[in-house]
Amino acid sequence: MHELGIVMNVVEQADRIAADNGAQKIVGITMEIGEVSTVVPELFLDAFNWAKKRTEYLQEAELEMIIIEGRTYCKECGETYRTTEFGKKCPHCGSPETYLLTGDQVIIKDISAVFDTPEQET
Amino acid sequence: MQQVKTILLSKSVFEDNDARAEKLRSGLKEKNICLVNVMSSPGSGKTTLLISLINALKQKYNIGVMEADIDSDKDAVTVAEKTGVRSIQLHTGGMCHLDADMTKQGLDGLGDGLDLIFLENVGNLVCPAEYDTGANVDMVILSVPEGNDKPLKYPLVFQKSDLAVISKTDALPYFNFNMDECREYIRSRNPDASVIAVSAKTGENMDELVNWFIRKLSER
Repeated sequence: MHELGIVMNVVEQADRIAADNGAQKIVGITMEIGEVSTVVPELFLDAFNWAKKRTEYLQEAELEMIIIEGRTYCKECGETYRTTEFGKKCPHCGSPETYLLTGDQVIIKDISAVFDTPEQET
Repeated sequence: MQQVKTILLSKSVFEDNDARAEKLRSGLKEKNICLVNVMSSPGSGKTTLLISLINALKQKYNIGVMEADIDSDKDAVTVAEKTGVRSIQLHTGGMCHLDADMTKQGLDGLGDGLDLIFLENVGNLVCPAEYDTGANVDMVILSVPEGNDKPLKYPLVFQKSDLAVISKTDALPYFNFNMDECREYIRSRNPDASVIAVSAKTGENMDELVNWFIRKLSER
């Protein structure tokens, strides 16, 4: 259900962008999804394939997901580490004084759309 | 002839909602309204706690309540019956959270003349934390039966909350709930959050919670 809410937001935005730019249809959407964003890629894809059927421009759109690794920075020792492996506690020095650098993003990176181009005069 | 072009966006899916929430928040500030987004798991006692809080504050302030659920109007009816304040039920239509647009619709439905509005978000510790509702105060409730490790398991909701309420303290004798550990877990996620432990059932420590809101409202 959580993925569905985000997917609805994505397909609505993409539909609007297609209309605003005069595109015929959208054939691809690339998204960056952080490992610790709470979005489950498999569910996201299922939700996307359901939601695209309800849009005007995305009927044939394929979704590509680039998974961004979660990395956490330790304020104590200055090292970084993989968040999914060690969580909040730094594996280098054991300090809990850490913060997430990257990996919580859900970003629409780009959209591939088909446009009509005027016939070339020969 | 047809050609495929790629339109670069690099845009967060939350960006539009964040912008709408920011606008809503500044509108509320202008009207001097305090909107409190109440988040928790299902069954943490949100509605009971709110009823007791509202009854303690309603002489002093004009209060409204928005109840968000996937379906049913049970909570809105309960709150209206037990407090007499203006209440409205929002249906999320299957969605697990409220966003800024839905919140705005609820505010429009409640009408003008209110000082303090509680928005009881959908019972869920994950999704509501990601969607900014436009509230001025984010509050999370963690009840004793859920266990004291929730701030570790659902960090985001604790990170974004200004106030964490530990509820159902009357149940402490029956559960292995380590209060000190719980406070420490919340502090490690969010050193700035106020943490108040209460029982809405017995009234234990409700004064501290009521005073927190009185102080917050005096800062408007």
